[in-house]
Amino acid sequence: MKTNVKILYLVLLGLAIIAPLVGAYPVFLMKALCFALFACAFNLLIGFTGLLSFGHAAFLGTGGYIAGYAIKSIGLPFELSILAGTLAAAAVGYLVGSLAIRRQGIYFSMITLALSQLIFFIYLQAPFTGGEDGIQGIPRGKLLGLIDLENDLVFYYVVLSIFLFGFWLVYRTIHSPFGQILKSIRENEPRAISLGYDVDKYKLLAFVISAGLSGMAGSTKTLALHLASLTDVTWQASGEVVLMTLLGGLGTILGPVVGAIVVVTLQNYLASYGSWVTIIMGVIFVLCVLAFRRGIVGELRAVFNRT
Amino acid sequence: MQAILSQVMIGLVNGSFYAILSLGLAVIFGMLNIINFSHGAVYMMGAFAAWMGLNYFGINYWAALLLAPLVVGLFGIIVEKTMLRWLYKLDHLYGLLLTFGLALIIEGLFRNFYGASGLPYSGPEAFSGAFDLGFMILPKYRAWVIVASLTVCIATWYVIERTRLGAYLRAGTENPQLTQAFGINVPRMVTLTYGFGVALAGFAGVLAAPIYQVSPLMGSNIIIVVFAVVVIGGMGSILGSILTGLGLGVIEGLTKVVWPEASAIVVFLIMAIVLVLRPAGLFGREK
Repeated sequence: MKTNVKILYLVLLGLAIIAPLVGAYPVFLMKALCFALFACAFNLLIGFTGLLSFGHAAFLGTGGYIAGYAIKSIGLPFELSILAGTLAAAAVGYLVGSLAIRRQGIYFSMITLALSQLIFFIYLQAPFTGGEDGIQGIPRGKLLGLIDLENDLVFYYVVLSIFLFGFWLVYRTIHSPFGQILKSIRENEPRAISLGYDVDKYKLLAFVISAGLSGMAGSTKTLALHLASLTDVTWQASGEVVLMTLLGGLGTILGPVVGAIVVVTLQNYLASYGSWVTIIMGVIFVLCVLAFRRGIVGELRAVFNRT
Repeated sequence: MQAILSQVMIGLVNGSFYAILSLGLAVIFGMLNIINFSHGAVYMMGAFAAWMGLNYFGINYWAALLLAPLVVGLFGIIVEKTMLRWLYKLDHLYGLLLTFGLALIIEGLFRNFYGASGLPYSGPEAFSGAFDLGFMILPKYRAWVIVASLTVCIATWYVIERTRLGAYLRAGTENPQLTQAFGINVPRMVTLTYGFGVALAGFAGVLAAPIYQVSPLMGSNIIIVVFAVVVIGGMGSILGSILTGLGLGVIEGLTKVVWPEASAIVVFLIMAIVLVLRPAGLFGREK
């Protein structure tokens, strides 16, 4: 890592640590961090493996429902609930992934979208999810059985730690030999096959890691907001994470984080304008694709590299 | 028996919509290499064009059946000329993302002005009754929908597979550079193909307007199922898309009789099974 990049990361970390102390609303920050983790997990697939999953909300939602159910109805402790949500999402990711990688390119996206819609209908009708109401009033539990997490400021730092862990995992994955193989699949799949790599196995493993981290983001978000609902499983939510990643910059490490923060902030400020939020998101999509394909971080990087 | 037959009937009606929509997707994908995510949104625009025509200008159903696809098709041509055109050299996924954004814009605009609840639209007088076939009651309008959409589907198949124009199209799909070298205006053909595929969706929207309520959400509800239909059938064959669409509609209808809760997911389940058994799709050639 270059020194100035290291400094940038440290500055950002510092900002994240002091943000709630200088007036930012902790619940909003937690939501932004959860979506940032979700987008980073998604970017592992689209940015570094070249797979566009259009059904990632299924994993976010699975994590949320399972963690919420575990902590509220079964009474598992905080740590195990998050773990349960993460593992459940990874398991669902294994099922969806092994079906979807049977087809390439645009079909992959359509299959993930269709399967996530299947999962949506299952959660709509399954008894434990509470249907349209969702699971409400979910407690946050205690960290290691000692520290009460109902305090928003305390829980913010827990969420920040979870985010940093996920971000580090994605970073390590990308910079590992495994990540290099993923990149080679993105660049030229037939060539990776001809070099003797079992491409399907690598794609599936990347898919499962991505789904698991999305589930971790969903579990954390559910506990932060005390709510698991159908909104997180809809195709609109799958579209949102695509938008966050595209806006921030596909295949950049910080892009999804920036994109998630921008989109969550926009939604927060525009919440009272109803369907205008959808319209504006659509416009951003169109602009990004037509004029701005490198995303915010990609464009900034291009500017800095030139000078 | 009555219940089963009437569900098969409803299944055939839904299946005709799946057939027209997946046919349009296949035609567009063949020529433009783009999956048109806004296909559901233009289907909804077709229905709204019929509704607006009737309520603002007094245009009746029959005129709407002709005019709405034209209006929607023109919209498609503008989209192709101003936006899609710039994406052909890029990865397929950008086409999907752009049309997804368009779908959000269109749906959001209609929801903003007309709300999320449905608006009623009554079909033509001539088809208001029902045929009594003795063993079942067949609403006339539903019979018309099936006949009309099958006619359009088969006409499309005929034009593409059996006429000179279709031969140009197929040649353009196969090898655009070479086709252009023979003096055929490929970019114009691409534009018109997109316009036509979108117009098909608009036509389906007008047909659907009297059956379902005209609502901004009608497009996104159907498009994901149509994607699954396309994955099951594969986009290589036109007759394949038509058959798959109709067949899945009927299966969905029958599931409503046997196990109503599963009717929303049966198409997705079939897709999963097909992916395990025949990954390329029933009629598919991997492209």
